[in-house]
Amino acid sequence: MASLELSNVRKAYGETLVLDGVSLTMEAKEFVAFLGPSGSGKSTLLRIIAGLETADAGEVRLDGERIDKLPPGRRGVAMVFQHYALYPHMSVRENMAFGLRNAKVPKAEIEARVAEAARVLEIEPLLDRKPGQMSGGQRQRVAIGRAIVKNPKLFLLDEPLSNLDAALRMRTRVELAQLRQRVDAALIMVTHDQAEAMTLADRIVVMNDRRIQQIGPPMEIYARPANAFVARFVGSPAMTLAAASLVAGEGEYARVRLGDGAEVETRVRRAGLPAEGALQLGLRPEMVGVAAAGAGTTDGKVVLLERLGERTLVYAVLADGLEVIAQDVGDSRLQVGDKVGLRLDGAAAHLFGPDGAAFHPEARA
Amino acid sequence: MNAEKDWRGLLFVAPFLLLYSLILVFPLFRGLWLSLRRVDLFGGGDFIGLGNYARLARDPVFATSLGNTFLVTLMIVPVLTVLALLLALALNNAGRGAALIRGIFFSSAVLSVTIVTLIWRFVLAPDSGLLGEAWKAAGWEPLAFLSAPGLVLPAIALTTIWWSIGLPMLLFLAGLQQIPGDMYEAAALDDASRWRTFLRITLPSLRRTVVLVVMLQTAAQLQIFGQAQLLTAGGPSGASRTAVLFLFETAFGRWELGYASAAAEVLFAIILAVTLAQYWATGRATGGQGGR
Repeated sequence: MASLELSNVRKAYGETLVLDGVSLTMEAKEFVAFLGPSGSGKSTLLRIIAGLETADAGEVRLDGERIDKLPPGRRGVAMVFQHYALYPHMSVRENMAFGLRNAKVPKAEIEARVAEAARVLEIEPLLDRKPGQMSGGQRQRVAIGRAIVKNPKLFLLDEPLSNLDAALRMRTRVELAQLRQRVDAALIMVTHDQAEAMTLADRIVVMNDRRIQQIGPPMEIYARPANAFVARFVGSPAMTLAAASLVAGEGEYARVRLGDGAEVETRVRRAGLPAEGALQLGLRPEMVGVAAAGAGTTDGKVVLLERLGERTLVYAVLADGLEVIAQDVGDSRLQVGDKVGLRLDGAAAHLFGPDGAAFHPEARA
Repeated sequence: MNAEKDWRGLLFVAPFLLLYSLILVFPLFRGLWLSLRRVDLFGGGDFIGLGNYARLARDPVFATSLGNTFLVTLMIVPVLTVLALLLALALNNAGRGAALIRGIFFSSAVLSVTIVTLIWRFVLAPDSGLLGEAWKAAGWEPLAFLSAPGLVLPAIALTTIWWSIGLPMLLFLAGLQQIPGDMYEAAALDDASRWRTFLRITLPSLRRTVVLVVMLQTAAQLQIFGQAQLLTAGGPSGASRTAVLFLFETAFGRWELGYASAAAEVLFAIILAVTLAQYWATGRATGGQGGR
């Protein structure tokens, strides 16, 4: 059964349209990440679901009930704010109990729920402290605890990891993964960090420019991006997009020529491609290997090396000035300034049409 | 070398220290010294120890003036604080019109006490004043605000509240701006009613501002002078004579400078004690806060 359903949600601030025709259906207990750059509308969408903003048009349903006309506190959702938004003059216990008291939950049950959440989140020793006396990580847990005690149908997490330092972020990421095992609810997380979205979510909703660009499981988003934006936004470092022109021919699959004259044989069907307009060849770093100069598909000059330990990212510039990111072994002997051959794996590469639409390679038989 | 350094540092603060000593520290001790003597216009004066203080303790006029001062302070401070808070709440986040209204409410604060009392004389006059006309329109007998002993202090309180509402309102507005918006969003998701949000989120967040406003206003109103002097000159028959007005009359009417200094020291001690007591009481109540 669907938990959250959005249909044709639209929102404008004055003249500026921030969401346009957004529709989405979530499964029960599903963990969905809204991923997108700043200004893509992802936070606005979350706030519309929470009831902190009102949509200009469209419907929001939760477990079949229309909620977009209800006040935030009556929607059955709980939210963890980016800056936690704990009440500074209340103890942790009072922070967690505040919503339940407003909902007239019996006192004994409030105590039981707070105690259980505190046990699960390991914040029992903090219950009588005030937010000002705690670290960022502890406040984060309290904010999560305040959401858990409400037993919501849907959790909303607004950039939950953005305020934490790197070490704590990794740990909290693991905790969020555990959280979704423990709670009987769907979760939505807003993030601009693709690693968070990839590791935590069942499905990712990639947003940009007022619209949902693609909805899918993380690996599908990575392997079969719907368009050039998704291809560039997901994956680190970003996919190289090289201007390419179709080489006339009879073959079943498209053969393209890059700006420096090198030709690449893809496994994208020639039949579906647009008849005219410039194409772009999409290459992830793992699709580009290095070889001796002259031995690859084309040659480039190394301008930057990023040694990551288990692999080395090689930034090379082709004869026409295009920068391509290739991948080499961890203990690569390359130096900046070296001339290298680049072996482009055309069979794995994507093609993008003039409007950004993606054409994916067929799997090898 | 260290000693030299200290000496040079002193040079930088010397201008301030000099002025501070000259216009604040010196008069403070000079006043204390005066209060222990019988001094009049012709200077000099004999040392009489605590004689002036003993005389004050027996002086019914001084006792009445202190009583009036406390009464008028009690009339002003709570009402002023609540009104300023209500105004600030109404004018917080309310668009362009609110900015204009904020300015209008604050504008009374820039008027001098002379103009304020002039305006309120017209308002309070029983035969042709605004309130008198209003009373008449309602079919009642106009009230003699400035000549009935039971009404002068409320009239002075009313004038003072109108005059001084601007600054506390601004302080409360500043306090309200400090409350992060997501706190209210969290309260909305916690299904808190407006009243409960005010009681549990807004008011606790404004606690320090409330303390500040009450302390500032208490200290200011215990020194109330201009309104009483200009509206009623302390009358009728001393019903609106405040402590500072007593002081003024003693010093510059009867030229008993030593006696007036003693009264000033007593008032100073009272204001200090009240302020410290408020600070101590609220400091305990607001302890252990801060941060989010």
